[in-house]
Amino acid sequence: MIETRNFRILRNVVLTILSLWVAIPLYVVVSTSLKPLKDVSGLFQWIPREITASPYLDIWTTVPLAKYFQNSLIITICATACSVTVAVLAAYAIARLQFKGKRAFSLTVLSTQMFPGILFLLPLYLIFTQIRNMTGLQLQGSYLGLIITYMTFTLPFAIWMLSGYFASIPKELEEASMIDGTGRMGALFRVILPVAKPGIIAVAVYSFISAWGEVLFASVLTNEATKTLSLGLKAYASESDVFWNQLMAASVVVSLPVLIGFILVQKHLVAGLSAGAVK
Amino acid sequence: MSHSALDSGPAAAGSTAALDPEPGQPKAATAPPVRKRRRSFLPYGLILPAAILELLIHIGPMLLGIWIAFISLTQLNLTNWLNAPFVGLQNFVNGLNPESTIGQAFFSTVGRTLGYTVLVVGFSWVLGMAGAVFLSSNFKGRAVLRTFFLVPYALPAYVGTIAWAFMFNQRDGAVNQILVDTFHLFGDERPFWLLGENSFGAMIVVNVWQLWPFAFLMLMAALQNVPTDVYEAAAIDGASLWQQFRTITLPMVRPANGVLLMVMSLWTFNQFNIPFVLFGASSPKEATLISPLIYQNSFGSWNFGLGGAMSVLLLIALFIASVFYIRMVLPKGADND
Repeated sequence: MIETRNFRILRNVVLTILSLWVAIPLYVVVSTSLKPLKDVSGLFQWIPREITASPYLDIWTTVPLAKYFQNSLIITICATACSVTVAVLAAYAIARLQFKGKRAFSLTVLSTQMFPGILFLLPLYLIFTQIRNMTGLQLQGSYLGLIITYMTFTLPFAIWMLSGYFASIPKELEEASMIDGTGRMGALFRVILPVAKPGIIAVAVYSFISAWGEVLFASVLTNEATKTLSLGLKAYASESDVFWNQLMAASVVVSLPVLIGFILVQKHLVAGLSAGAVK
Repeated sequence: MSHSALDSGPAAAGSTAALDPEPGQPKAATAPPVRKRRRSFLPYGLILPAAILELLIHIGPMLLGIWIAFISLTQLNLTNWLNAPFVGLQNFVNGLNPESTIGQAFFSTVGRTLGYTVLVVGFSWVLGMAGAVFLSSNFKGRAVLRTFFLVPYALPAYVGTIAWAFMFNQRDGAVNQILVDTFHLFGDERPFWLLGENSFGAMIVVNVWQLWPFAFLMLMAALQNVPTDVYEAAAIDGASLWQQFRTITLPMVRPANGVLLMVMSLWTFNQFNIPFVLFGASSPKEATLISPLIYQNSFGSWNFGLGGAMSVLLLIALFIASVFYIRMVLPKGADND
């Protein structure tokens, strides 16, 4: 809109309110994570009386946080890598090739995105139990079960976004490469993938964020040894006491990988989202 | 399947296309393929991994979920569920009878979840729109603010919820500190935010905080295509800011809006994480949403059949919604590719 004086005043007011709305909870988390325990139990202090880094040291011993961190990293990285790979292949087929059943496949993929995890939770648990009974393959309480669950749940969005992205790449680029004798797959890997990098990064970040923050399936499909961060953080609250300062410090530590990743690729994410999703 | 027939030449292709059981593909009948089409497994090879995963993790469980609603599944036969007795419509009759307590709870939960969805999506859209409109013009600090506004969306959902849970603490939390101690609302009484009726509102606040950046992101992407000279022309004609917003901005975001509202509504309607972290495995009854209700029935009271019956109803409702959603997302021409 045109920048009249009124517009600028209004803009400053609105943006200030929005900034405070976003900032206050973040400030509460960070400031609480720097307080000693005696200062978090009383009335909330906006300005800490005393600042200490000790919650950031204590979090690793109160709870096996490093173990949870490791679990989350393994599961999330594997799920993201597999999901992106599977999605790239399927999205390429949808964007570029003609085949029977394409419409049925796209519709199925798109519509499964609509259904909440809760509808799949119990059946998946039963299927995993049956697989264990029949083959001895342990999917509950193992990394594998969560990895295939998470990768499948991010697939629909990933395929949808990437096929939109691939479709927007001019066909001539590939054709030139195929004339040079690379074949379809060669063209995909040498021409399409490098051009589609922003879209692929956006999809990877989306998959990473969803798997990193998932709670529902983790609550049923993990055990003490494979517990992820989303459940592990609960351990800072015992029956008698909540170590709020440590819980907040752990929250900061847990958020850093996704926040840093997000800020680094933020531009790609916006571009990828608007190319794949909005149009 | 019938692609092999196409190999024998254009004439045969015409006739098989006419016999094609799928009606939605008139193309093949009207335009006989001039190029020789080689039967190719490549597309199927490419979609195979995705198809297997979809079958194993989505389609299979969904069908099994429907089956569960018709059997008597308890924690006793959970590991031997293939032998659980078939009980027909018993679970639906027991659980969803509007006369019974459970049935009433189910239907009021559906209503509550719908109301919740409208409020959360409405507030999120308004905030997202405000952010998008005022950040679409260039000024110093714009890029920083844009990134900053996206932080709640990028944070793991449970982290944002934990932060709010701490702030909503009854005695000493930051929310009561501001509202009661600073502004002296509620006659200096400290309301409980995570119990009773207030918990519904508290949950909305948390959800809007996490969701609005997504609306902001999508609307900002849509607004990038609005040329500034349109606004200039409108301003010269004396259109007020509000008129410019209504006649230029709103129509420009309309194409993106349908998908945006649909996606946000589905996410909100299916919300599980926020109540689960805010209240634990069982929400206050004034704030129970549909996903947590099914979870409570299945894994709290071990009444899997009842959870299954509720799931089937939810599945039907979402299936209808998904038809509208797909119509919106898939461009019309893409159908016959």
